Amino acid sequence: MAGRLSYLDWNATAPVRPEAAAAVAEALATAGNPSSVHRAGRTARRLVEAARAQVAALAAARPEGVIFTSGGTEANALALRAFPERRILVSALEHDSVLGNAPGAVRVPAGRDGLVDLGSLARLLAADRRPALVSLMFANNETGAIQPVAEAARIAHESGAWLHCDAVQGAGREPLDMRRLGCDLMTLSAHKLGGPTGVGALIVGGDFDITPLIRGGGQERGRRAGTENLPGIAGFGAAAKAAAADLTVWRDVAALRDQAERRLLAIAPDAVVHAAAAPRLPNTVCISMPGVPASTQVMALDLVGVMVSAGAACSSGKVRRSHVLDAMGVPEREAESAIRISLGWSTAAADIDHLVEAWGALYARTRASAA
Amino acid sequence: MTAAVARRPNAAPIYLDYHATTPCDPRVVEAMLPWFAEKFGNPHSLTHAYGREAERAVEQARTQLADLIGAEPREIVFTSGATEANNMAVKGAARFHRQFGKDGVVTLATEHKCVLESARAMAREGFRVTILPIGRDGLVDLDALARTIDERTAIVSVMAAHNEIGVIQPIKQIAALARAKGALFHTDAAQAVGKIALDVGDLGVDLMSISGHKVYGPKGIGALYMRRRPRARIEPLFDGGGQERGMRSGTLPVPLIVGLGQAAALAKTEMASEAQRLLALRARFLAGLRAKLPDIVLNGHAERRLPGNLNLSFPGLKAFDLITACPGLALSTGSACTAAEIEPSYVLRALGLGDGLAAASLRIGLGRFTTATEVDFAVDVLTAAAVRLRSGGRMTSEAAGIT
Repeated sequence: MAGRLSYLDWNATAPVRPEAAAAVAEALATAGNPSSVHRAGRTARRLVEAARAQVAALAAARPEGVIFTSGGTEANALALRAFPERRILVSALEHDSVLGNAPGAVRVPAGRDGLVDLGSLARLLAADRRPALVSLMFANNETGAIQPVAEAARIAHESGAWLHCDAVQGAGREPLDMRRLGCDLMTLSAHKLGGPTGVGALIVGGDFDITPLIRGGGQERGRRAGTENLPGIAGFGAAAKAAAADLTVWRDVAALRDQAERRLLAIAPDAVVHAAAAPRLPNTVCISMPGVPASTQVMALDLVGVMVSAGAACSSGKVRRSHVLDAMGVPEREAESAIRISLGWSTAAADIDHLVEAWGALYARTRASAA
Repeated sequence: MTAAVARRPNAAPIYLDYHATTPCDPRVVEAMLPWFAEKFGNPHSLTHAYGREAERAVEQARTQLADLIGAEPREIVFTSGATEANNMAVKGAARFHRQFGKDGVVTLATEHKCVLESARAMAREGFRVTILPIGRDGLVDLDALARTIDERTAIVSVMAAHNEIGVIQPIKQIAALARAKGALFHTDAAQAVGKIALDVGDLGVDLMSISGHKVYGPKGIGALYMRRRPRARIEPLFDGGGQERGMRSGTLPVPLIVGLGQAAALAKTEMASEAQRLLALRARFLAGLRAKLPDIVLNGHAERRLPGNLNLSFPGLKAFDLITACPGLALSTGSACTAAEIEPSYVLRALGLGDGLAAASLRIGLGRFTTATEVDFAVDVLTAAAVRLRSGGRMTSEAAGIT
């Protein structure tokens, strides 16, 4: 495996799909501002609207509900700050971009299985009848656990609450139907599904009166000002289209992931896979090698060319304990030794061999020195 | 493709709307392309090589942009564009300084909509918002500004160079007035950066908004310069993963940032000669029009304006009719954000133009890829159309070939 580079950090970001790269390159060569009325502007406008339809289609949503943003973080911030009159409930498993934008929110606890506790959600909603917004992610970025979004939406709606779903990690990997899930608002990010960085969307399912985060020229129907990121949006549209057409590839990815998990557990019987019993994204494993700090594992793997992470990329510069594993009640010793391995459409069997060999060697070294 | 097209007057509309957006310079595109597919790492993934390579590219671009405005790299916070940077500066400064008893926001009637809308949002949050009128030449009245700023002013925001009339404000004097009263000074420099020399140290600005796509860089990226000494402290617009020192959360878009860095580096070396070239082209444009249309009016100060900017009123004509009659030219009446609106520009009305003259005004933006041939062609087309329209031969959109 000498010299091989195995990228297994797809939940942090994915390479841009060829279709998206082509759309970006084409849009970069388009001069117009989509708001300009001359021919160059109209060409740019057409690209934006075509992409809007492609992104909407990925979530089975209406194109006019799509608000393009600078990414998933801004989309989450917009959703959570859009209704200042509503109280907010968030699952304890949410990404920092949800938690950070709802500092006063009620946290809905999660179980050891990695899933939000729906009984708690119902009780918390019943305890305070004011209009509420509930935010629950489609799938967790660290464990891959797919949350019971449709059930949560039903519970929310029974109390007159709305449901926002951060679907950044699910979109393009699992079928996504906003209406079937019962989501009123949904966040997407382009770069997690093979589009460029710097673009995302908040999709609104109805005629919500949204308080904008960024005001100005009235773009995006007054819901998000700023000259549209034309190449980014075009790339997002192309990636959304390609992802929707390519969902079957994840069956192969899931097989590789399962194989990786089996082999790692065979090497280390004391290793723990988190949220293993929950329905999970086809590409994610969160695994603890007890007693070995996550940062040590990540560095050791990186030295031999295996790229994984110790949680969310945003915080992986400064390795700190995962609030997700904490919320699940994972014991400290296990939580501190958990790494995230995430696969993608171009992950090969050799990448898994590479991972297993490197992780196995590290495990053997640490167990030998402990003995 | 764009640049090539713009050089061939007879092939496609001549692009004369460089204030709305600029074509991405081919050298910028070239610098960006590897960062989409091959080098795709998340710059916050410092645990592996792909992430670290992306982080280095981001930091190089940060240095390139800082160099263009005389800042330190760590004073640059990347945003999704100037609109976001303006929202962040105005709202963030006001909200942060409220805890110190400051409740004033001061800006001008001619500011970009995103500054005015941010100021109005602050009024709804209980701030005293003062929107100062402007002189006929578009320049700020420094005495009125000095009288307005007080010890309770949190933020003063004045655009460096105007997006419609190109007027360059006396930023250094305004910054000094704000500092004397302990207020932060923000300038929306989206149109100025890379067009005229700006040094944040010399000017004394605390916060400065920068746009990528106005300086031949990509759309979807911009920056807010935030002074460190003395420190300009503001509240972030939103939170999340804590990137950009907690000031701006969200995964950094590496290709866009690399593009902005490259655009800044190009501007630094080419700005001075480009400005000279554009001044000559602009003089040629104006002289050409005035030879046939002596009554046209130049809006905004004649000299203190961006080299590539003209804003002209054609008395007796409607700008939309003129634009419609010139399908070979890409022109605008004003800000692109409001280009589709029928209302005359609020900026021109703030200068004191009546509705008739305001509705008779065109914004002409010349830029890096504008040639003398194009200018001559545009002068011919515009004058012919104006003469025709004035003689009553008003063409319908259909006859003009607009579909």
